[in-house]
Amino acid sequence: MGFTEIYDFVDGKIEWMVHGLPVEGKGPHFAMAVEVATKDGVQTCVLGSTVKDSSAAMEKGGESFCLVLNDEGIVLGRLRKNHLDPDSDELVETVMETGPTTVRPTEPAKALLERMEKRNVSAIVVTTKKGQRMGVTRLEDLRRLVEESS
Amino acid sequence: MPTELDLDGLQRLLKEGDVQLIEVLPENEYEEEHLPGSINIPLKSMNADSVSGLDKLRPTVVYCWDDV
Repeated sequence: MGFTEIYDFVDGKIEWMVHGLPVEGKGPHFAMAVEVATKDGVQTCVLGSTVKDSSAAMEKGGESFCLVLNDEGIVLGRLRKNHLDPDSDELVETVMETGPTTVRPTEPAKALLERMEKRNVSAIVVTTKKGQRMGVTRLEDLRRLVEESS
Repeated sequence: MPTELDLDGLQRLLKEGDVQLIEVLPENEYEEEHLPGSINIPLKSMNADSVSGLDKLRPTVVYCWDDV
């Protein structure tokens, strides 16, 4: 069509939004998982950490799991406290569960709530398209969001 | 063929100024939320007429929901 300089923003509107950048408009027509995703109280560790250090952090924070991230914040795995030897010097990458279930930020809250309740899942990791951690959505927060938006 | 831009690339381009942003999603989706300063030309409506008002010499970025 004759444009001399044309670009395709392949990450799309959703990546703009989940990075907290301003948007214009009337607002979304459905509640999304990212609306109640939080990084607060979610333990994380990086490759090269020991199980001992990660276990201590989970104990201190009162958390039952810890996400293993790389240096770009991409979720690589998960540690569950009750599956670990808290005194182990093993590296987290040798014991972590790889590829934990994640959802995209735009996952409809209502459908996600149904799935989490059906499978007795108390929390789920929300990531960007590239796998970067946006936060964790907890069942009780999701329930509240769905009730408020219905 | 358009040049692909990720989020960082778009932000850099926007800082340089004078970018035409076009959301190609349906009108109702554009109305819900869109990038500031963008206009809406749904993909199904995109033709020589619908873009005739744009400046073809300005950097122009098209986008939709995501690339899935």
